[in-house]
Amino acid sequence: MRATTSAEIRAKGLNRERWNAFLRKYAIVLIFLGMVVLLSILSDAFLAPRNLVNVVRQISVMGLLAIGVTMVIITTGIDLSLGSVLALAAVVAASLAQRSDWREVKYPGLDVPLIVPIVAALAIGLLCGTINGSLVAKFKIPPFIATLGMMTVARGFALIYSDRPISGLKDSYNFIGQGELLQIFPVAGQRPLGIPIPVLILAAAAIAAHVMLTSTRFGRYIYAIGGNEQAARISGVNIDRVKISVYALSGLLAGLAGLVLSSRIGSGQPGLAVGYELDAIAAAVIGGTSLSGGIGTIWGTIVGALIIGVLNNGLDLLNVSAYWQTIVKGSIIVIAVIIDTRKNR
Amino acid sequence: MDRDVILVMEHISKSFPGVKALDDVRLTVRRGTVHALMGENGAGKSTLMKVLVGMYTPDSGSILFQGQPVTIDKPETALNLGISMIHQELSPVPYMTVAENIFLGREPVGKFGLIDKRKMIADTRALLERLDINLDPSALMRDLSVANTQMVEIAKAISYDATLIIMDEPTSAITEREVAHLFQLIRGLKERGVAIIYITHKMDEVFEIADEITVLRDGRHVATVPASQVDRNSLIAMMVGRELTNIFPKEEAPIGEVVLSVRNLCRNGVVKDVSFDVRRGEILGIAGLMGSGRTEVIETIFGIKKADSGEIRIKGQKVQINSPADAIAHGMALLTEDRKRTGIMGVLPVRDNMMIASLETYSLAGFLNKRLINETCEREKRRLDIKTPSMEQLIKFLSGGNQQKVLVSRWLLTAPDILILDEPTRGIDVGAKSEIHRLMCKLAQEGKAIVMISSELPEILGMSDRVLVMHEGRVGGEFVRAEATQENIMRAATGQWQPSQDTAASAA
Ligand SMILES: Nc1ncnc2c1ncn2[C@@H]1O[C@H](COP(=O)(O)OP(=O)(O)OP(=O)(O)O)[C@@H](O)[C@H]1O
Ligand SMILES: [Mg+2]
Repeated sequence: MRATTSAEIRAKGLNRERWNAFLRKYAIVLIFLGMVVLLSILSDAFLAPRNLVNVVRQISVMGLLAIGVTMVIITTGIDLSLGSVLALAAVVAASLAQRSDWREVKYPGLDVPLIVPIVAALAIGLLCGTINGSLVAKFKIPPFIATLGMMTVARGFALIYSDRPISGLKDSYNFIGQGELLQIFPVAGQRPLGIPIPVLILAAAAIAAHVMLTSTRFGRYIYAIGGNEQAARISGVNIDRVKISVYALSGLLAGLAGLVLSSRIGSGQPGLAVGYELDAIAAAVIGGTSLSGGIGTIWGTIVGALIIGVLNNGLDLLNVSAYWQTIVKGSIIVIAVIIDTRKNR
Repeated sequence: MDRDVILVMEHISKSFPGVKALDDVRLTVRRGTVHALMGENGAGKSTLMKVLVGMYTPDSGSILFQGQPVTIDKPETALNLGISMIHQELSPVPYMTVAENIFLGREPVGKFGLIDKRKMIADTRALLERLDINLDPSALMRDLSVANTQMVEIAKAISYDATLIIMDEPTSAITEREVAHLFQLIRGLKERGVAIIYITHKMDEVFEIADEITVLRDGRHVATVPASQVDRNSLIAMMVGRELTNIFPKEEAPIGEVVLSVRNLCRNGVVKDVSFDVRRGEILGIAGLMGSGRTEVIETIFGIKKADSGEIRIKGQKVQINSPADAIAHGMALLTEDRKRTGIMGVLPVRDNMMIASLETYSLAGFLNKRLINETCEREKRRLDIKTPSMEQLIKFLSGGNQQKVLVSRWLLTAPDILILDEPTRGIDVGAKSEIHRLMCKLAQEGKAIVMISSELPEILGMSDRVLVMHEGRVGGEFVRAEATQENIMRAATGQWQPSQDTAASAA
């Protein structure tokens, strides 16, 4: 008799444990789903396919930055330069993609294949990131300071390069940000809906980053550095090389994001993406990345980015004024993180 | 009820995801006595104590303190009741001074509500003097050795003037001299009626200091007995659940050529002109007092710190070692002494912690061979009997001894030629300890060279083929197994050994 009851209690305890473990892992997904349900009740327009596609398209740029910054944060670093690097890459790429018949061309007579602006944007991102990484790894400058420096320097270069928007970009270039592939989703009375290319780029980057973090040696070294840098060093991990690579990758993704954003709006502007890095950091943290390092996942970050995207979109649909939007957004981010950290106890 | 009883814990149960850490455990402690809590790694000793000081909420059970039923929901409550604790995992605030660490959370307040630093320093100095601990109150914690950090924790726990002090493996990081000192302090506390719960894996300590012993096994209460009524073997049997003979299973291995040769190594006044050789199949023990430079020597050899001068040869080749990665590439492995600071990666799973040093072997073109990794982990888990619900478990949730086992297997997986072990059995229970010793012998027989630093003299004497004794950064003496006696080693460790005797010839 007694034995059964205690066995029962134990079984119950285990079930509760499992439930708790499930909640621990997926709390943030549940929060996201809750928001989706709430918004679809509050607004008819929310669930419309076009709107949903829009939401994902809108987070694609910030999502790319968030992937990079997630990896940086896992090593206990931070990258504040992402928005500025994005802008620098965007203006340079745009200047190489202008139509020759446009009224104001940066390089008159220049007509290079599409690959040139693409490579240029990626190279600029990679270069800025590598400099960040070297400052952090070799010169032992705190990541906050090193990337803060890069934030202002890159923005300065973007403004020097062009103090006005660079517009009149080739259609082939704009296709990167505006085009759709796989037009397979039928919509009544309209042309079928496809998947925006920026979303495909984000998905590809997310999958690549996820595989890298979970299934490669390099990925595990990233976590190891964040878990205990000294222990990782003694275990033979080349700390400097891993750190430089991580910041370089983060920069590369910012360059890619610059490409996507400038082609989506059809112009490269030096003032683009101010403060985007903060949204990206917020997405990572909402998604469970720990600022003290060693913890974080790409899928978590993507959910975090979706939360921010859905929030922006929902508040627009509900006609919340722009000022109130910032207040609501800030509060909800903090609340989401509180829920997420509480469950960890 | 007995008026002498200060604490009664009854029917305490506590589960963590996947582990039942405590299952209906009871504990009764008397005033003015030392109550030893013993059991294998993961038996639940630390968990029981954390329940007592309010760090964990038990799933069920009751606590009676000084005759009153109490609910202890946070460490502050425990301190107010008069219960203080020395934790197994030291957690100093590195950028604070010794004084600030001791008075953390109860800083003396002076004018305008500001902290009265002068009083804090003065009080700390008085405390350290009273306890006869020789440390500067304004030294930064990060500059202290593990051993000194441990002494600060001890001083801190005593400074609360508690009526019950819990000591969770307080001697894991200190040498015999400090242990003797601690025991003197404990006897003083006993006389004042203070009760002490003492957790250790060291048998000698238990029989020297304990009045009563409670044994836990797999989260259950096994027995509570007066220390005078058990002997070593029956105690071990209670802990392990089976007989265990031959604590140091030393087996001779054929000793081959010199693999690691260190000549005139110097570093910044802490390592002074150190020379020694280690041969294939040999276990070289390094003994010495706290701060004698034992750890410094091997950290320099392993490339963690830079040597000022000196020469290192591996298998006869002169090598330049600038980083741990270089050392590993040359077939060395180093199990460090400070598990928390330089060993575990707390928020990472057991698997990562185990594999981190050997991922090159277990991956192809940068991609992990996950199946092989999982198989390897499971094999290591069985071999060292590591208690963890799964390989996904974060290592910080493992008991201290099980963390140590994971680190041991981290280094074994690198298949080193030269294995350097700094306090390899720190915090490891008797069963696992002789398992690790057996492993050391087996590795020696396979032709590996082993260097073992230990503060436990019996371990040094039991395991070493040769003993190097450090004294103030120099080699204070070197003895072959037959000459390595307790007296010789202690004399060398205190700088009283004259290398004029016959052994010295071997060094030249
Ligand atoms: N916070 C936690 N989360 C999950 N499991 C835990 C936690 N703390 C302890 N455990 C588990 O509870 C069991 C008992 O651990 P405990 O630390 O009490 O052992 P111990 O007797 O102190 O061992 P040791 O001698 O190695 O220090 C272990 O299996 C451990 O993995
Ligand atoms: Mg313990």
